[in-house]
Amino acid sequence: MRNEEPLPMREELLHGYVDGQLSAQDRRRVEEYLADHPETAEEVAEWRRQNVALGTLFPTSVAEQRARELPVQSLSPPSGRLSGVLRLAAVLALLGLGVTGGWFARGTFEPMQTVVAEVLVREAIQAHEVFASEILHPVEVSAADESHLVGWLSKRLGTEIVAPDLSASGFELVGGRLLPSDAGPAAQFMYEDADGRRITIYATTGSPGVLASFQFEREGDIGGIYWQDESLRYAVVGPLSRNTLTELATVAYRQLI
Amino acid sequence: MSQFRIQLEDALPDLWRYAFSLTRNRALADDLVQDCAERAIRKRLLWMPGRPLKPWLMKILLNLFRSHHARNKGRHFMPLDDTLADTGTRADDDSRLELAATLQGLEQLSDEQREALLLVVVGGLDYLQAAGALGIPVGTLMSRIARARAKLRKWRAGDDTPAIRSVP
Repeated sequence: MRNEEPLPMREELLHGYVDGQLSAQDRRRVEEYLADHPETAEEVAEWRRQNVALGTLFPTSVAEQRARELPVQSLSPPSGRLSGVLRLAAVLALLGLGVTGGWFARGTFEPMQTVVAEVLVREAIQAHEVFASEILHPVEVSAADESHLVGWLSKRLGTEIVAPDLSASGFELVGGRLLPSDAGPAAQFMYEDADGRRITIYATTGSPGVLASFQFEREGDIGGIYWQDESLRYAVVGPLSRNTLTELATVAYRQLI
Repeated sequence: MSQFRIQLEDALPDLWRYAFSLTRNRALADDLVQDCAERAIRKRLLWMPGRPLKPWLMKILLNLFRSHHARNKGRHFMPLDDTLADTGTRADDDSRLELAATLQGLEQLSDEQREALLLVVVGGLDYLQAAGALGIPVGTLMSRIARARAKLRKWRAGDDTPAIRSVP
């Protein structure tokens, strides 16, 4: 189907013209159009006057001065970086497994932002709720194709990831899938035990060199344990107690590091 | 200084302008921007390095503004004269009537329309960034901006208030 009528000027282009968001070529097109359409040109001129009025009402000069005076400069970010050997010890210490007692937890290691955990675990729990109840298509790639699954997800996340073996804890890999998340692509691995209970491990890319201890979140029946290693953020999610999830997370953590 | 820090400091004036345009209150704008910066520093792991920081900061600022707004049940704009004084408009300014009409017009917009228009015009985001910060498709952003401008135009032309007819 072809439209033989001349195309009307798209209104977005007119707004883009007023807001200075057009390429030179589109700008010329709009200017030519406005030269032939005085009514539209008047409307566009009024939009320009509105922008000028708003610029006068909320002036840049005042903003620059007020912004300079804010005590933002003195805010220092919490440091979450630790050098090589200390990392494992720090996490183990927080897990209560450490040989170094509580020292790391108290001093060198600053607990990571709980807000990161909240966001990731919420995403992980939502993803769990959507797919764990799925009978026909719980996963995109099944465990039978594990090497393909792991290779594919590693490629999409841009970093090496493995599906941890949780069989010693009674959970067998069902498979996995790729999901969108706030932080980019996310991988989900699904596991099932003999009673048909399902848990998922959810992973997204994190900030390199930053690590976070295990943190627990719960939404209704579903709990999640979050942690972060050098390259990825993880959450282990399922309808299990905090202790059971922590055990599973510990097993997974040791295989993933 | 880290990229994060540099981009944060570069964005502060626009953040303040946007906060001021939403609240019309200098002290409130100060608080919003300060809270926004603190939250951004706490949540900085959620920012993807390599992406521009300003849209993300604007999103945080908007969330703070909206929750403040909800807590305060309704709008608490300063009286028009105070706002005009706060913006540096003098009582004998020729454009005072036009500016007053523009401010009144802004109050006639829906929250969605006002937030969208000001995010682009005052906050300085491009359309894609603004749509991202508001969590809406670009088409929706454009239609909000279009409706906002149409309403403002009517108001400024004095269609509803003949007394303010001062547009050249």
